[in-house]
Amino acid sequence: MKSRSRLHLPQAPARPGEAPDFSYVQLSPAGVVRRPDINARSRDIAFLSTELVRVLDDEGTAVGPWHPHLDASDLQIGLRHMLLTRIFDDRMQRTQRAGKISFYIRSLGEEAVSVAQCMALRPADMLFPSYRNQGLQIARGIPLIDLMNQLLSNTHDMCKGRQLPVMYHSKAGHIFSISGNLATQFPQAVGWAMAAAIKGEDHLAASWIGEGSSAEADFHHALLFASVYQAPVILNVVNNQWAISTFQGYAGGEQRSFAARGPGYGIAGIRVDGNDFLAVYAVTQWAAERARTGAGPTLIELVTYRAAAHSTSDDPARYRAKDDQEHWPLGDPIQRLKQHLIALGEWSDARHQALSAELEALVVASWKEAVTFGTMSEGPRLDADLMFEDVFKEMPQHLERQRALMRAERG
Amino acid sequence: MANMNMIQALNSAMDIMLGRDPSVVLMGEDIGYFGGVFRTTEGLQRKYGEHRVLDTPIAEGGIVAAAIGMSINGLRPVAEIQFADYIYPGFDQIASELARIRYRSAGEFFAPVTIRTPCGGGIRGGQTHSQSPEGIFTHVSGLKVVMPSNPYDAKGLLIASIEDDDPVVFFEPKRLYNGPFDGDPTKPAVPWSTHPKGQVDVGHYTVPLGKADIVRSGGDVTVITYGTMVFVALAAAATLGLDAEIIDLRSLVPLDVDTICTSVKKTGRCVVAHEATRFSGFGAEILSIVQEECFWDLEAPIQRVAGWDTPYPHAFEWEYFPGQARVATALQTVMEAA
Repeated sequence: MKSRSRLHLPQAPARPGEAPDFSYVQLSPAGVVRRPDINARSRDIAFLSTELVRVLDDEGTAVGPWHPHLDASDLQIGLRHMLLTRIFDDRMQRTQRAGKISFYIRSLGEEAVSVAQCMALRPADMLFPSYRNQGLQIARGIPLIDLMNQLLSNTHDMCKGRQLPVMYHSKAGHIFSISGNLATQFPQAVGWAMAAAIKGEDHLAASWIGEGSSAEADFHHALLFASVYQAPVILNVVNNQWAISTFQGYAGGEQRSFAARGPGYGIAGIRVDGNDFLAVYAVTQWAAERARTGAGPTLIELVTYRAAAHSTSDDPARYRAKDDQEHWPLGDPIQRLKQHLIALGEWSDARHQALSAELEALVVASWKEAVTFGTMSEGPRLDADLMFEDVFKEMPQHLERQRALMRAERG
Repeated sequence: MANMNMIQALNSAMDIMLGRDPSVVLMGEDIGYFGGVFRTTEGLQRKYGEHRVLDTPIAEGGIVAAAIGMSINGLRPVAEIQFADYIYPGFDQIASELARIRYRSAGEFFAPVTIRTPCGGGIRGGQTHSQSPEGIFTHVSGLKVVMPSNPYDAKGLLIASIEDDDPVVFFEPKRLYNGPFDGDPTKPAVPWSTHPKGQVDVGHYTVPLGKADIVRSGGDVTVITYGTMVFVALAAAATLGLDAEIIDLRSLVPLDVDTICTSVKKTGRCVVAHEATRFSGFGAEILSIVQEECFWDLEAPIQRVAGWDTPYPHAFEWEYFPGQARVATALQTVMEAA
């Protein structure tokens, strides 16, 4: 067997034992990328898909035309949501390790994506998340205990024990049911947005996938339908560099940015520093205004880094450099917003510590209450009869019979 | 009442639903301006506007996904997949998403989408325009699966499907669009205007999902079938001079087990016939149910008639098609057994 061929095989920048290397990440300095009018035609703003919109500079100062000029109180809310997301993730990871839940997925290092984007949208805008968007749930105000009950598949589980942990939904919160099948939600969000346009409503839809999932046909269907019907939708590719062990080169990221898929479909594509709360907020606000005013859909590539394992079933030490994250050039979203607020004189280490303690206590108290509704191993359990409900609106005869057989089996 | 072929009856169903319910939208390839390659949606875009009857890109996965998203936003989409043979790019959205949204969200979200798709052979369509993939969909929990055999049922079942809050995959046997076909391609085509089921109410009515139709009552043998094979079975039994009871299932999920079993218990003999391929086909499910429920009433082993387990070959259409000869052999076999 030949060890070389003419076939190009993308190589990860750094595997275990190698020095981290992020020289492949194209960066623009903070503040330099132009902010076009929201009505700009996609063909005139293709530069947005190759530059990197950044607002926070290395000193934590907000600079340039994308500075969203948010009130300090909004920034503090954003910081709180991100911190809560991280603390929640950390606690839930530990409960999984302790055997209390079967599975978990953290969003470590990607908190700004969900939180800033959710805050830039309106409460009735419909969200079609992936499994790494818990910040959306938190920023939309879904109570932690509701999320925990789902993770526990307990008697208060919103999914009635039918879904893997983290596959939340909230009709009241305008958050669609999460699927474990990758990218399926992307074209569904476009359909939702098409319906909003048909009905003449000004709500928009937003959806999230990872850069790895952008390889799926559903990604292309979403862009195609969004372009054809100019649907009021924001399509977000969270480029966290890694899809389990597959680095972004295998999703086609070596040759062209993911945002650049947009202009190919006649859609505005914009690449943003996903760890810069202000930039993510500003870009999302810009895209939302475009969608709402009929200027069309936007594809946003959020450049970030998956600092944690893919899931609790994954060990990244087997496929990427151990200290990769420390060399990630766009830093930590929470630290960066904290630094900015401190520079504004609106935050301090002491307040940060106090907030952390408060949120830790909230998570702990919520967990204590959640487990009273049962865990996988102890306490009250959902009635297994529920398995047969909601397959159809009304239970057909064959399911009634199977339910009776299951009952007989259990004695 | 009016004379309608199956295309006109389906068109009438969609016309009525577009008129009655502002949330109903149609979508699919070539269905709008052009009215569909089989003319099933003819005139509807002109009548209801481009926002209600949407032409779509050639992307079945995208069509189904967009229909799902629309349904989550309160619309009731009727999506056409131009040929059942082209449904596979949409299969993940159908099987993994559409079928399970109610279940996985514990009823908070549901997707009342109807997917219409022409199926079956007998039109010289070769292996890419002749398939009968209904058994692939009946195997997916959460989908209703329907296949009419005549204009009257087609209209009533389609209205019932559109009004249903669960997703429905609605197969249209395209050989029956223009007339009842008994499986003999050498005979002149018979139009629906000559058949009682071509007399269709012009207004709103439904044929309930999950209710089979006894097309012909009889005492000798039960033939359980649906779609194109209904008329083939009728003709084959008539030629043999058998007093056969012919059951048109109309809806495969939910399935009318009571009508099936009542009939088999009465006749003691059973033939199951479909155009789809045999191995792991929907007929095997019927056989299994009849065996479980009616074993002690059976006078003979159940026989199965189906398409051969090959792709649908262009040049050998009538050797492939389960015509009257194949049905007759099965009928004779069950009648001869002790």
